[in-house]
Amino acid sequence: MSKGNLTRRGVLKTGAVAGAGLALPTYLSAAGHEGFTNAPTGSTVTLGFNVPQSGPYADEGADELRAYELAVEHLNGEGDGGMLNTFSSKALDGTGILGKKVEYVTGDTQTKSDAARASAKSMIEKDGAIMITGGSSSGVAVAVQALCQEAGVIFMAGLTHSNDTTGKDKRANGFRHFFNSYMSGAALAPVLAANYGTDRKAYHLTADYNWGYTTEEAVRSSTEAMGWETVGSVLTPLTQTDFSSYITPVLQSDADVLVLNHYGGNMVNSLTNAVQFGLRDRVVNGKNFEIVVPLYSRLMAKGAGANVKGIFGSTNWHWSLQDEGSKAFVQSFGTKYGFPPSQAAHTCYVQALLYADAVQRAGSFAPCAVVEALEGFEFDGMGNGPTLYRAEDHQCFKDVLVVKGKENPTSEFDLLEVVEVTPVDQVTYAPDHPQFAGGALGTCNNGA
Amino acid sequence: MFGLDKKDASLLLIVTALVAFAPFLLNPFPEGSAMAQFNAGYPDLMQRFVIFGIFAIGFNILFGLTGYLSFGHAAFLGVGSYAAVWMFKLLSMNVLPAIILAVIVAGIFALIIGYVSLRRSGIYFSILTLAFAQMSFALAYSVLTPITGGETGLQLALDDPRIFGSATTAEGNIPVPGFFGLEMRDSTELVLGNWVFTFSVGYYFAAIIMLLSFYLSIRIFRSPFGMMLRAVKSNQQRLNYTGLNPRPYTLAAFVISGMYAGLAGGLMASMDPLAGAERMFWTASGEVVLMTILGGVGTLIGPVLGAGLIKYMENIISKINSDILHSWFAFLPDGLEDLVVTLIYPFIGKGWHLTLGIVFMLVVIFLPGGLVQGGQKIAGLFGRKKAQEPKNATTEPAE
Amino acid sequence: MDAIILQILNGLDKGSAYALIALGLTLIFGTLGVVNFAHGALFMIGAFCAVTLSRLLSLSHKVEIPGAVDFLGNPQMRDVPYIYEIFGENLGATIIDWAVPLSILFAIPVMILIGVIMERGLIKHFYKRPHADQILVTFGLAIVLQEIIKYYYGANPIPTPAPSAFVGSFDFGALIGFDPGTIIYPYWRLVYFAFAAVIIGAVFAFLQFTTFGMVVRAGMADRETVGLLGINIDKRFTIMFGLAAAVAGLAGVMYTPINSPNYHMGMDFLVLSFVVVVVGGMGSLPGAVLAGFLLGILESFASMREVIDIIPGINQVIIYLVAIIILLTRPRGLMGRKGVMED
Repeated sequence: MSKGNLTRRGVLKTGAVAGAGLALPTYLSAAGHEGFTNAPTGSTVTLGFNVPQSGPYADEGADELRAYELAVEHLNGEGDGGMLNTFSSKALDGTGILGKKVEYVTGDTQTKSDAARASAKSMIEKDGAIMITGGSSSGVAVAVQALCQEAGVIFMAGLTHSNDTTGKDKRANGFRHFFNSYMSGAALAPVLAANYGTDRKAYHLTADYNWGYTTEEAVRSSTEAMGWETVGSVLTPLTQTDFSSYITPVLQSDADVLVLNHYGGNMVNSLTNAVQFGLRDRVVNGKNFEIVVPLYSRLMAKGAGANVKGIFGSTNWHWSLQDEGSKAFVQSFGTKYGFPPSQAAHTCYVQALLYADAVQRAGSFAPCAVVEALEGFEFDGMGNGPTLYRAEDHQCFKDVLVVKGKENPTSEFDLLEVVEVTPVDQVTYAPDHPQFAGGALGTCNNGA
Repeated sequence: MFGLDKKDASLLLIVTALVAFAPFLLNPFPEGSAMAQFNAGYPDLMQRFVIFGIFAIGFNILFGLTGYLSFGHAAFLGVGSYAAVWMFKLLSMNVLPAIILAVIVAGIFALIIGYVSLRRSGIYFSILTLAFAQMSFALAYSVLTPITGGETGLQLALDDPRIFGSATTAEGNIPVPGFFGLEMRDSTELVLGNWVFTFSVGYYFAAIIMLLSFYLSIRIFRSPFGMMLRAVKSNQQRLNYTGLNPRPYTLAAFVISGMYAGLAGGLMASMDPLAGAERMFWTASGEVVLMTILGGVGTLIGPVLGAGLIKYMENIISKINSDILHSWFAFLPDGLEDLVVTLIYPFIGKGWHLTLGIVFMLVVIFLPGGLVQGGQKIAGLFGRKKAQEPKNATTEPAE
Repeated sequence: MDAIILQILNGLDKGSAYALIALGLTLIFGTLGVVNFAHGALFMIGAFCAVTLSRLLSLSHKVEIPGAVDFLGNPQMRDVPYIYEIFGENLGATIIDWAVPLSILFAIPVMILIGVIMERGLIKHFYKRPHADQILVTFGLAIVLQEIIKYYYGANPIPTPAPSAFVGSFDFGALIGFDPGTIIYPYWRLVYFAFAAVIIGAVFAFLQFTTFGMVVRAGMADRETVGLLGINIDKRFTIMFGLAAAVAGLAGVMYTPINSPNYHMGMDFLVLSFVVVVVGGMGSLPGAVLAGFLLGILESFASMREVIDIIPGINQVIIYLVAIIILLTRPRGLMGRKGVMED
């Protein structure tokens, strides 16, 4: 490879030794001292937490950051250890990673691919980060993942749900713990069929960008396999705020289910508008009209208020789960911050721990060694049951939650109830599944 | 020198020196010290300084000279980056054809949009350009996804049908943009005691282009063509009465400034081969307007300073978090430390937008001529005669 | 047919939001000659007046629920609003339920105060400055205002429902001979439309039939001459700014049940409302209102599946496309005057 991608800390140390007591400049071409980008040489290692701090997902980003800070505490042996106590791999011992104390830098993705890459680059070039993690949208995840591949650092994706992240845009240096559109569809369809019957007519409103497309495709194909018919589908602009003109045509169609393939502000507004128009009180074809939101997030559900009651969707994780891992995480997060963590916080916390554990097991920070340690890694005790990091596409396979807006919430956090934990077998697909076609993982990149 | 008068020549020399020594000037604090957080001398940010400098210089040719306020200039930057990335995907990883195509495509785009929009003036012109840019953004984000990559942006892939050069490197990775074998991301470091200075190929490549653009813009400002554009700004009606049709001149200025934006877009793609639709959103167009006004409309160096200041805040202030604050003020007694951190915290990290807004307001309230005027004021304090252009009176290290 | 009627209703509803914001923007521009990029932020602050009042009304103290535990195993707490203790549970609940309409009373003084402070403290100094400076300083102010709101209320949307009396839809079609259930429209959206009509009418009447309005109109036409006549136009302009802020704020208050407010809703509306103002013609109040409704209706029709199937992506660009066509065929928008903001 090139002689680029320097290891600032490595250079610094070497330079400091070489330049000690000498006033002469020391010229160095940083051609791979340690053989990989930003190899940590001192007593610390720096991780880069790249989350949205401004823009519409800032609250989600703030929750991700809380989770990362908690993870760093636990890795350094502070606090109660959280999921380290329940994690099936016992490689981590609370002394940092490979004996190096974990430090971190933070940045703002602004939920824009350009800004996210600029922020990630500054972490790599300026701060010497060895791993980048975080984010709250697929556009950002895909952009930063490609950057990390090029720069030779590991990327542990935050919240990203599009099939493309581990589909056509997958990269060898990138890993996703979060679930994806296909899994949402596969988990939701049987529950929908059981609750609403198999002869339903569905109408899709879909956000007009990549994530929307993959989600509609996934939900469509899995519900159609159950016998549902898709009678309409309309793409809505990302910048839309008032969805009334997209909702009223539903009144004219003979659809009896509305699927809202929206996330974030779009989802809050389209759901609020749909309920306003009385869709939930309608009876069509002799059946009650129903609304489905494929990807739920508790933070967003909060924005939609009472409108979420009784509405089905899927989610990666929920704080009310009663397994040991989830309980340990909720306990330490809740004790520190006073409220339960969101699914974004959970996936980020787990990603940070998984990375640290992989380094520990590999005995090296070199990205290729980490990739090898993570590929095909099976673990448990992280809140989603036994989980596999599949080698072919770097996607985690684990149970998926089907949830429903709670009718009688007992607190402002108690908005969703878990209806079913869909077992992992039901949401597993072949690596060459058509919805994930195209693209190639490539080979891992150690950088310099 | 170079056909410039003495004052312009010395300005050019000063800017050249600042740009050449930027890796030193922007890294004033030793590595590992608390102040190192404020260092901006790493390749990515330095590249952004000069690239957005080019963008703002081009914008100033239109806005500063003719007074036409385009609110859709980011569209040309976006189109330029898409053209460049497609060039990497289809032709070769050499940045030269990519940048040339980016400039040409942006120029054609600007010709069409300018031809239509310049039929109106004032705010009607601004809204027309805004409308074109917003349409470009909306379509690129959604229905044009096959061409633009949509939400995830246009990226290189392992199976690109590159005509010259291989699809993958020997190690199985995507090749990196380069200039006849010189990779854009290569760099060397110079270690002096505790200081580390990074010299990046990409930065110097972009910097040379920026200096050429700057030189060209001085020539345009000083040319008869530039005079004609100023005449358009001061009184278009009078110009009409003299029997001159100002349209061809304004259109030429619009296209030139669109090509500058395309150049900036092409360079951005060369430094980092990805083109995203957000580059064309109205806030991106607004940003270049802000850069120009912040630095000083109609001055040669102002837009570059404005670009530097905004990018600096975006990349440096946003990265300061409460942990860093605590480490800075750790020398204070506990209660006082917490108080100081609480007071500063809203303005850093996720609050960087707030700081940016306050800076906008302060600059425009107290320095109507932008940072350039601030520089002049400081120069005046030191008893020097007021220069039309600031010489070395700028306090910002952001070249 | 029923689909078309519904889309016209949607368009009128969307249009009333656009028209209300554009009206305030034009008032400020027409009287003061200031391009106010902070106008969207005023709309947003109006919406957060509603959020604030409903939070104030539901200020509560915590009461332990016997036997229940929360997620950490601590005793589960229940919020009991103080207002229940003052007015009793039934009346208290009703007052909280009616928080949004009550916010109108709360928002008017707040917004006028904010408007007057803005004008006296900042805008006043920019009357003689170039429009570019006005844009920069008001844009800076807009960022500062929305960041302050974000700091206190977070980035997430905050649900602010309408009173339960207005939940549900009105069967419009049944009145005019359609099958029941085909043309229904939510009560609150009808309220919003009626509210917008009243406000717009009141502003016009105020300018048309009062002495104050007459002076302001004269000032809009020729500020210097009115000043020479010995009329203190500055004071009236300050009041106009407060009024425009109140109009934007009320538009925001009433909008909250339609879409949950968030801190960047002002920016979302800003560009759109500028397009509306310019399409209507700079400085023309009727033009702003007309353009608001026109663009609202066209936007609604463009989002129909039948239309999108013919021209993909039309729903993404319709507003801008219409703006371009109108500005190219009518040089100063629908009702603009010559020479205003043309240089």
